[in-house]
Amino acid sequence: MKINDVILQTITRVVVFIILTLAIYLFFSGHYDPGGGFIGGLVLASAIVLLFLAFDIETVRIGIPINFRVVAAIGAFIVVATGIGATVFGTPFLNQAFKTFNIPFFGEVELSTVTLFEAGVALAVVGVVVTIILSISKDG
Amino acid sequence: MNNIIVFPMVIPVLTGIFLLFLRRHIILQRWVIILSLLATMIISFIILGQIQTEGILRLDFGDWKPPFGILFVADSFSMLLVLTASFVATACLIYAFFSIGEAYEKMFFYPFVSLLIGGVNGSFLTGDLFNLFVCFEVMLLASYALIALGGKKLQLRESIKYMAINVVSSWIFLVAIAYLYGTLGTLNMAHLSVRIAEVGQTPILTVISILFLIVFSLKAGLLLYQWLPGSYSAPPPAVAAIFGALLTKVGIYALFRIFTLMFYHEPSITHTMIGIMAAITIIGGSIGAIAYNDIRQIISYNVVIAVGFILIGLAVGTNIAFEGSIYYLIHDMVVKALLFLLAGTMIILTGTEQINRVSGLIRNYPVLGWLFFVVMLSLAGIPPLSGFLGKVLVGQGAIESGSYVLLALGFLSTLFVLYSLLRVFLNSFWGETMIMVDDEKPLRKGLVIPCLILTLATVGLGVGAEGISVYVIDAAKTLSNPEIYINAVLNN
Repeated sequence: MKINDVILQTITRVVVFIILTLAIYLFFSGHYDPGGGFIGGLVLASAIVLLFLAFDIETVRIGIPINFRVVAAIGAFIVVATGIGATVFGTPFLNQAFKTFNIPFFGEVELSTVTLFEAGVALAVVGVVVTIILSISKDG
Repeated sequence: MNNIIVFPMVIPVLTGIFLLFLRRHIILQRWVIILSLLATMIISFIILGQIQTEGILRLDFGDWKPPFGILFVADSFSMLLVLTASFVATACLIYAFFSIGEAYEKMFFYPFVSLLIGGVNGSFLTGDLFNLFVCFEVMLLASYALIALGGKKLQLRESIKYMAINVVSSWIFLVAIAYLYGTLGTLNMAHLSVRIAEVGQTPILTVISILFLIVFSLKAGLLLYQWLPGSYSAPPPAVAAIFGALLTKVGIYALFRIFTLMFYHEPSITHTMIGIMAAITIIGGSIGAIAYNDIRQIISYNVVIAVGFILIGLAVGTNIAFEGSIYYLIHDMVVKALLFLLAGTMIILTGTEQINRVSGLIRNYPVLGWLFFVVMLSLAGIPPLSGFLGKVLVGQGAIESGSYVLLALGFLSTLFVLYSLLRVFLNSFWGETMIMVDDEKPLRKGLVIPCLILTLATVGLGVGAEGISVYVIDAAKTLSNPEIYINAVLNN
């Protein structure tokens, strides 16, 4: 019997973008408010998992031709590399720098290197979560 | 600020991540990992020298001052272990290059080994209890993968046991940390020590310390070693050697750190318990070592005996006993790796792990036979090999403090070690040769060279004990005077 998943697929097409927006919002709010790389990454991964559920793995693979193991490795690499990066500037390992810039339209924006670190965390989380889900689904 | 002390952990971790990208390029993977380990060794050596001139080094991550941030602390004790661990891992990896096989190398074998070493070095270096937990987990996750990799029936059975026991003990670890944080409000080891000294080691703190004792006993194989022989005989020889040489030693290190730095006020309870546990471990290990015909079981039980022996030093708790334990710890890392590699080579050459099915190996492979002979003497503590000094000093400490039972058990265990290995030697190496010259499998140089390196190291550690005595004395001094460590961490 063929399962009719028109509703799920239609809703997914819209909802995925909402989830992705939320993920980005959570990622950037993480500096002073709840959120950050780990949570942002989890939400982002949930969007991809929803795509896997609504469509099948092969279709999504064609749409997003990314090897998620590599994503996880890149993420972890960024995390450690930003930590070491601090030592290059003669500051303690894992030290972070930040500065406030005045960018037109956005106004006062604080840019900090911790965002790079968080980006690494997010990538690692996305990579690991999706890899785990894909590995489990293979057995079924 | 001493950024250098973070590198013994960061280099292996970064290498492990980097190697994930090189999955198909096996030769390149080998070069990268061996170079990274050599770099780690050199850096560790530099740090060890620096400690002698500048005292204990510390690094506050992200410039968060203790006790608020997490930090790494490098004293002679931890750096000696980091150096030895990197050295032993290098030798085991060279062995792995020639024995592990392409299937393993393509399934992320080297990344896992690299992460394991990063976790081990991190555990030795950290100055924060929760960070210790994290480093333990890094090490354990890598070891789960390594023990299961290969997917043989025996491996899967043993890895389930291994994982179950470690997950449970990690959980107890976490609970103990939570209790301690709830009681004292800090997790920085030096700060904990200060606070425990201020309030006195109340009964509740002693109970928490016993919880830690249980956790690390599980990890080190002290009394709770029943999982160890099975798990360590499942993976291939190179992996078993890394496990046998490094993993239990991290547990031993943690026991030393916790019971010399923090919970040293009630030795009549905690240290007596450690002494009793060490005694039972030695007895159990000795019985196991002579009970089996499977060479992997024999050497795994030898690991257990050594754990008991090293912890006699902690139970006795005098300065000389600490020195002895440190010597013996270093010696044991080198020699156990060597023993596992030699046993692995024997299994590769003969195809069986039963010692009574093999005989006369020394005719076919004289080098292997003589190496086994040397390692046997070294483990038995015959001078001038490396086991001698540790045994003498631990014995001296035991006499000083009047722990004659532990002394007797410690030296009796030596006889059992000797007997168990002599049995292997007499059965497998002496007697009529069973392997015809035509059927003889060639002994590849790649398998002998790492064994030779480690044998040279055990001879070198014995003959050149004078060379490392400076570091060992300094390490023992820090262990018996916790205020040195505390001052280095908390005084800005």
